[in-house]
Amino acid sequence: MDHISPVIWQFLVKWMTNFALFPPEASKVAPQMDALLFFMVLVSLVGLTIVILLVTSFCILYSKERHPVAVQIEGSTLLEATWTIIPLGLFLVMFVWGALIYFRVYTPPANAMNIYVVGKQWMWKAEHPGGQHEINSLHIPIGKPIQLTLISQDVFHSFSVPAFRVKREAIPGRYTSVWFEATQTGTFHLFCTQYCGTNHSQMIGDIVVLTPEDYKKWLAESTSGMSLAQNGERLFASLSCNACHNTRPDARGPSLANVYGSKLALSSGGTVLADDAYLRESILNPSQHITQGYAPIMPTYQGQVSEEGVIALVEYIKNLNSNYRIDQTLNTTDLLPEGEGKTAPAAGGTTAPKAAPQGMVKQ
Amino acid sequence: MSATIVSLPDQSTARIPKVNFITKENGLLSWLLTGDHKRIAILYLVSLTFFFFIGGALAGLIRLELLTPQTDLMATDTYNKVFTMHGVIMVFFFLVPSVPATLGNFLIPLMIGAKDLALPKINLLSWYLYVAGGLLAIYTMATGGVDTGWTFTTPLSTHYVNTNVLTTGLAVFIAGFSSIFTGLNFIVTIHKMRCPGMTWFRMPLFVWAHYAASILMVLGTPVVAIAIVLVALERTIGIGVFDPTKGGDPLLFQHLFWFYSHPAVYIMILPGMGVISETISTFSRKRVFGYTAVAFSSVAIAVFGFFVWAHHMFIMGISNYAVLVFSLLTMLVAVPSAIKIFNWTFTLYKGSITFETPMLYTFGFMGLFTIGGLTGVFLGTSGTDIHLTETYFIVAHFHFVMVGGMLMAFLAGIHFWWPKMTGRMYPEKISQLAAVVTFIGFNFTFFPQFILGTLGMPRRYASYPPEFQVLNVFSTAGATILGVGYLLPILYLTWSLKYGEIAGNNPWQATGLEWQTQSPPLTENFPATPIMDHEAYDYEWLENQKEKEVASVG
Amino acid sequence: MSDSTAIAHSAHDAPEHGHEEHPAYLRHHFENVEQQADAAGFAMWLFLLTEVMFFGGLFTAYLIYRNWYYPAFVAASHQLDIFWGSLNTLLLISSSFTMAMGVWCAETRKKSGLVLCLVLTFILGIGFLGIKTIEYKEKIEKHHVPGFHYSLNSFLNPDSDEAAKKAGDQPLPLDMARHTEVYFSLYFAMTGMHALHMIIGIAILGFMIYRAQAGAYTAGHVTFVENFGLYWHFVDIVWIFLFPLLYLISRHANT
Repeated sequence: MDHISPVIWQFLVKWMTNFALFPPEASKVAPQMDALLFFMVLVSLVGLTIVILLVTSFCILYSKERHPVAVQIEGSTLLEATWTIIPLGLFLVMFVWGALIYFRVYTPPANAMNIYVVGKQWMWKAEHPGGQHEINSLHIPIGKPIQLTLISQDVFHSFSVPAFRVKREAIPGRYTSVWFEATQTGTFHLFCTQYCGTNHSQMIGDIVVLTPEDYKKWLAESTSGMSLAQNGERLFASLSCNACHNTRPDARGPSLANVYGSKLALSSGGTVLADDAYLRESILNPSQHITQGYAPIMPTYQGQVSEEGVIALVEYIKNLNSNYRIDQTLNTTDLLPEGEGKTAPAAGGTTAPKAAPQGMVKQ
Repeated sequence: MSATIVSLPDQSTARIPKVNFITKENGLLSWLLTGDHKRIAILYLVSLTFFFFIGGALAGLIRLELLTPQTDLMATDTYNKVFTMHGVIMVFFFLVPSVPATLGNFLIPLMIGAKDLALPKINLLSWYLYVAGGLLAIYTMATGGVDTGWTFTTPLSTHYVNTNVLTTGLAVFIAGFSSIFTGLNFIVTIHKMRCPGMTWFRMPLFVWAHYAASILMVLGTPVVAIAIVLVALERTIGIGVFDPTKGGDPLLFQHLFWFYSHPAVYIMILPGMGVISETISTFSRKRVFGYTAVAFSSVAIAVFGFFVWAHHMFIMGISNYAVLVFSLLTMLVAVPSAIKIFNWTFTLYKGSITFETPMLYTFGFMGLFTIGGLTGVFLGTSGTDIHLTETYFIVAHFHFVMVGGMLMAFLAGIHFWWPKMTGRMYPEKISQLAAVVTFIGFNFTFFPQFILGTLGMPRRYASYPPEFQVLNVFSTAGATILGVGYLLPILYLTWSLKYGEIAGNNPWQATGLEWQTQSPPLTENFPATPIMDHEAYDYEWLENQKEKEVASVG
Repeated sequence: MSDSTAIAHSAHDAPEHGHEEHPAYLRHHFENVEQQADAAGFAMWLFLLTEVMFFGGLFTAYLIYRNWYYPAFVAASHQLDIFWGSLNTLLLISSSFTMAMGVWCAETRKKSGLVLCLVLTFILGIGFLGIKTIEYKEKIEKHHVPGFHYSLNSFLNPDSDEAAKKAGDQPLPLDMARHTEVYFSLYFAMTGMHALHMIIGIAILGFMIYRAQAGAYTAGHVTFVENFGLYWHFVDIVWIFLFPLLYLISRHANT
């Protein structure tokens, strides 16, 4: 990093990479992590050397021939304190340093571009917001912070890019995320590192880092037409979400325009930040996430929409800043609130719907 | 280094004592229904060696497959089964019982001046449970194996494989009870059956180490038992505790599993550390430097070891704050191990050192465990764990501490107490050769794996990108050498049973109570209850004893 | 589960060591009877500690899921019959009393008293298991066993279900209703584990009644009875935790 002489640093890195002891440093956090790794290797070498030197010299100086009578020594509190405090101090330095890096890796910057990745046996599916889909590869632009929102469709997988020094588990049932910013163009390994069954070792791919122009070209070439959000909009209508989530006076659900990122008051009493995880949970387990002022009548869509479908819906809602198109759809298709579609009938005891959404407190 | 402290009786007249625990009764049933802790230890030793070689053969298959980047030796499914069974057998049927069930069983009563462990029948039951579990594990292998990894990660193990998860889980469950009963026995024995004068701080450090490990066995193992029960229920009737579609949480399994499996690694290493305390003292003719520090650090490792389990879960989506807590605690648990290494080192200072085989293994332990332990700190540091976890770095780390550490300590102990257990010495030259071969083979096998890990090669991969091949070939070459190093002891130790020199009571001139009685010992260990009137590792007391010869019985 | 009990006349060599007072049940590796009894008791307490850890895993899972899915736990808990649960609690507490009386009888060498107490404990234990069978049967009939055609009907339409109606439950939304399955998995896992421990205890009780009748425990060697008493009390205490946690979630006066 900037604290070490750049010349020595370059030399070390080049030497390490050429001797293939470290993967290339292709992301912003890679040199930071390597610095800590170097430090740890150094401390370990010094520690090991000390122990080996001590043991060897004692063995030579005090071998039986040289030192036939042993001197019984009980111990030394000073020494005990020394070799307790010094290692502890060094470990604590590593702890703090490592914690800083850890938080850095898992706290994405606000302007990060989000790409969804779904892991399944035995492939990675990446969904770009523009609608591009990739299998076992990920094209990203250099120099831009990229956040990955990961989820698994089946078992635990782990998305690993050694060259970026990042890795994150993809878990069934909830989103996890990681971010990175590529600093080199090129192609880098993508591995699944959590054992996931038969073809775990085939679940590998490429991260392709492109210059901004090449990236634009790639985006244009690989889109099939509809962006993620557009797909989400389609699903929103076909699953009849708009039957409740609209701005009619008798709407039974809150309007979803601009809900993403806001703080919501829940009917159970607390407040929650409406992030990706919240949106996903509200679709799959709605009864625990009812906005204050609304009846708990939203049916669950667990089993009716795939993880990719959920991602499309989440992406749609994230970008939703007006209900205009929703209302238009209702008007043109003349959907009644109790209309067709997959809305499961609410079990008895429905309270009267609220007139105005009062639960959405904008922050 | 030709000097030695070995002092054997005159071979022309020396005989194995006629009455000892082996000759006391004859016949297979007298062994299979014994309550004698020494016989049970031998039973364990034989069965453990058997399972070790099965696990080792599986390791050989893994390294053979990994010679080439493609899966050409066996199908991917088979490879997955091989590494799973290697892990299951090595962890549950070798490492966890190894030192406690053989050396611990044999020596703890002798070391504290007792006639047997507190609960001999439970001890025997413990062995039968171990064998039952082990046989079930072999049955699992024979009927198709299991391929979930030894960690049984859900939901893979509950819903996505159709291999023998249940039988393996049952085998581990049964072996777990074996472990619990052994630990329970040790704790009761150490508390209640020390001979007169044997205060806590006069006990050999070997006993302290086993006490600490027993606490872990007793408190930790039941949790993995219940985790296995829940996996079995989830798998058979789909109860949903770990299934997100039913509202369950797969991370709950991870917490339950690692709550045991982290202390488990301390169960594995603490007894080995106990051996090292004994050998380093004997072969430097000195009391262990900082006895109290070493004793308390064993207990500290046991206590802290219960609070670090989530460092196996740093990248699994647990909260950042949980990560902070567990990373900090992991740093704390590393310190007592460092303390021990330094205390052992300074035991050598101003000692009178000789280099018999147990001492060679001891040096191997100290170097390799230091490396293994330090790389554990690499992993406990949350930031670097992101890059290193789930790669070959982890594989190298745990093999360094387990094989370079634990297994070396086990071999040190077997060689050190072989004369006590059998009455005969092993052949020194070839055993020193085996120790050196093992050390070299080990480093060749596992050091390249650290590099593979930092390069990013994931673990549990049957095939890998070609650029990793060179290091893999190194590793396999080393494994061949390592295999030779492990085979040699089987051969010469068996040879020594008939042709080894007669050892006498105390060939090493060591201080423990076990060395003040005949080799092999009487069934009741001592002709009369010993009175402990000196400190542990009291070499001056030993000098005085030399004047009084203790004639062996019979 | 203590083993240091000597069945009075097991293989015991001629006293070659010439101890002064050497009761037949003193095992060779112990110096004296006190040490043996001490060790056995300590071993039993340690074993019970392992049992605490064993059940602890289940209690942890319960804690977490009850916290996450409280409404489902409430509705599911209302499906259990308080009458049977309370009766079971009463039976077990009484059995702990009879067991404690049994230990006292052993210590005061009252053979017939001991046998009576053990038999009563045995009967109460069987009664507990019998009631559990009734309860399980009802759960099976109502399809509340996870994995076996689990039915959400009682939770979606509480009016159709007697127990739910009595508790005044509101219908649950579908996703929350699904989480009742987690409650029942824990219910069966926890009460099943507990029942297994009861069955083992009752089997040992049977053995003990036979031995007590032969006078094995009233000749001064009470360790086995005492330690079994500890085990029995432990099983009782586990139930005392299970009962409120499983049966009494959010019950109101009118239920």
